[in-house]
Amino acid sequence: MSDIKAAASLDLRGVVCPINFVKAKLKLDMMETGEVLELVLDSGEPIQNVPKSIKEEGHKILDVKKEEGHFRLKIQKG
Amino acid sequence: MTDHFIEDKSTKVAVNLEGMEPKVDFNDLKTGGFIKQRQKDLFAVRLRCPGGRMSTEKLLEISKIAHKYSKKGVVHFSFRQSLEILYVDYKEFNSIVVELENIGQKVASCGPRVRVPTACGGCEYNPNGLTDTQKMSDMVDKKFFGTRTPHKFKTSFSGCPIDCARTKEMDLGFQGVVEPVWDEGPCTGCTICSEACKEDAIASHPESGKPIFDPKKCLYCGDCIRACPTEAWKPKRYGHIARVGGRHGRHPLEAIEVCKFLPDEKVPDAIHKTVEWYNANGRRGERIGLVLKRVGIKNYLDFMEPVFKAGSAPDWECAPQGVKP
Ligand code: HEM
Ligand code: HEM
Ligand code: SF4
Ligand code: SF4
Ligand code: SF4
Repeated sequence: MSDIKAAASLDLRGVVCPINFVKAKLKLDMMETGEVLELVLDSGEPIQNVPKSIKEEGHKILDVKKEEGHFRLKIQKG
Repeated sequence: MTDHFIEDKSTKVAVNLEGMEPKVDFNDLKTGGFIKQRQKDLFAVRLRCPGGRMSTEKLLEISKIAHKYSKKGVVHFSFRQSLEILYVDYKEFNSIVVELENIGQKVASCGPRVRVPTACGGCEYNPNGLTDTQKMSDMVDKKFFGTRTPHKFKTSFSGCPIDCARTKEMDLGFQGVVEPVWDEGPCTGCTICSEACKEDAIASHPESGKPIFDPKKCLYCGDCIRACPTEAWKPKRYGHIARVGGRHGRHPLEAIEVCKFLPDEKVPDAIHKTVEWYNANGRRGERIGLVLKRVGIKNYLDFMEPVFKAGSAPDWECAPQGVKP
C-alpha cells in the first residue's frame, strides 16, 4: 500500500488544528476525484482530528504509516 | 416559595390596563416567566426557547418587540438558553404578551414545574454529536413543559460525553453515547484509533498495531469510529446515558447515572415516569436529588425498571474486543 503514487504532497508538521485540515481541504479541492494526496501530520491533536474530518468530507484514507512523532497518510479524493 | 412570581393564586386576575383586547389573563401566565427586577416597576420577560434554538425570522420579530418594550434596549441570554427582555414596565405586560403571542412566541416558566429543556447543538451540526438533542428538547417542551412538580424540574440534552449541556447538574439529564465494536477483517493496524482515543481505552499492539481495548476506560464517545480509516470500528448502538437528581445553585448535587444506552423512543417514558415518581414521593419544595437521598435510589430504580430495561444498567460495560496485549 505504501507505494501508492501520490499526485501531490503536503507536510503539515507544526501546523495546528484546524488550519492543518483547512490546508488539506484547499489542496484536495484543487485535485481531481480519484487522485491521491500524501499528508504528513503530527501525533497528538492533528492525528486525532484531521482523519475524522477528511472522512466526513467524503475522502478515503488509503494508507497510514506511523513515523517518528508523526504520521504519513495517503488520501484519495472522493 | 415562588410567590414572587406572577402565578395563579386561585382567583382569576384579568388585567386590562389600557383597554386593549385580548385581556391578559394572569392564569394564562401561571407558568411565570415575568421576573421582578430590582428597579421599580420593571420586570424581565423570559422567553421560552427550548434547546436555545430559534428561527432567524422569529428572532427578527422578537428584536422589534424587545426594542419597543425594553426601557434600556437590552436583552440577556440566560444561562438556560432563554432570551430575556429586560426593563419591561409591568403596565405594558398586556401589549407585550399580545405582540409575542402574535408571532407565536411563548413566555418561559418559573416555579415548581418542568422547565424549558436546554440542549446543545447535538448531531445536527456538531461533529461530536451522537444524538439529535434538538429534536429531544423540542419533544420535552411540547409534551412536558409546565407539568407541576414538588419543586423546579430541569432537563437537558448533550450530544456526547463532552456534555456541554451539563446533564450532571440536571434533575434529569440525557447524554448521547455510542457503543463501538471492532472487526478484525478490515483493520490494517494503522494505530490511528489509539491516537484518537482520548481516554487511553485503546492501546496499539507493539507488533501488529491493532487495538488493545480496555472497556473500563471507554466513555462511548465514538472518536475511534470516526477516526478509523477502514471502518474496522463501527457503531453497534446509539442511546442516552440518563442521569437523575442533579442540581446547581448554592448546594450543588451531581446527578446519578441510572441507565446506559436508553434508546431515543424511551426518553419520553423516562421523563413521564420520573415525574410521576417525583410527584408521589417528593415534598413541596424538595428537589428530586434530595428526595432520592431521603427515599433511596433503589425505590426509584425499581419504579423505573420497565423503562430503563430498554437500555443497559449503569455499571454495564462493552464486551472485550480488539487483540490480546
Ligand atoms: C424580588 C424578589 C425576588 C426575585 C425576583 C426572585 C427571583 C428568583 C428566581 C428567578 C429564581 C430562580 C428560578 C429559576 O431558576 O427559574 C429564584 C429562586 C429561588 N428564590 Fe427567589 N426571588 C426573589 C425573592 C426571594 C426571596 C425573598 C426568597 C426567600 C425568602 C427567595 C427564595 C428563593 C429560593 C429558595 C429559590 C430556589 C432556589 C433553588 O432551590 O434552586 N427568593 N428566585
Ligand atoms: C432578584 C432575585 C433573583 C433573580 C432576578 C434571579 C434570577 C435568576 C435567573 C435569571 C436564573 C437563570 C435562569 C436561566 O439561566 O435561565 C437563575 C437561576 C438560579 N437561581 Fe436565581 N434569581 C434570583 C434570586 C435567587 C434566589 C434568592 C435563589 C436561591 C435562594 C436563587 C437560586 C437560583 C438557582 C439555584 C439558579 C440555578 C438553577 C439551576 O440551574 O439549577 N435565585 N436565577
Ligand atoms: S455535548 Fe458534544 S455534541 Fe453537544 S455541543 Fe458539546 S461536543 Fe458537541
Ligand atoms: S468510544 Fe471508547 S474506545 Fe472509542 S475513542 Fe471513545 S473512549 Fe476511546
Ligand atoms: S481499528 Fe481502524 S484505526 Fe484502529 S488500527 Fe485498525 S484500521 Fe487503524
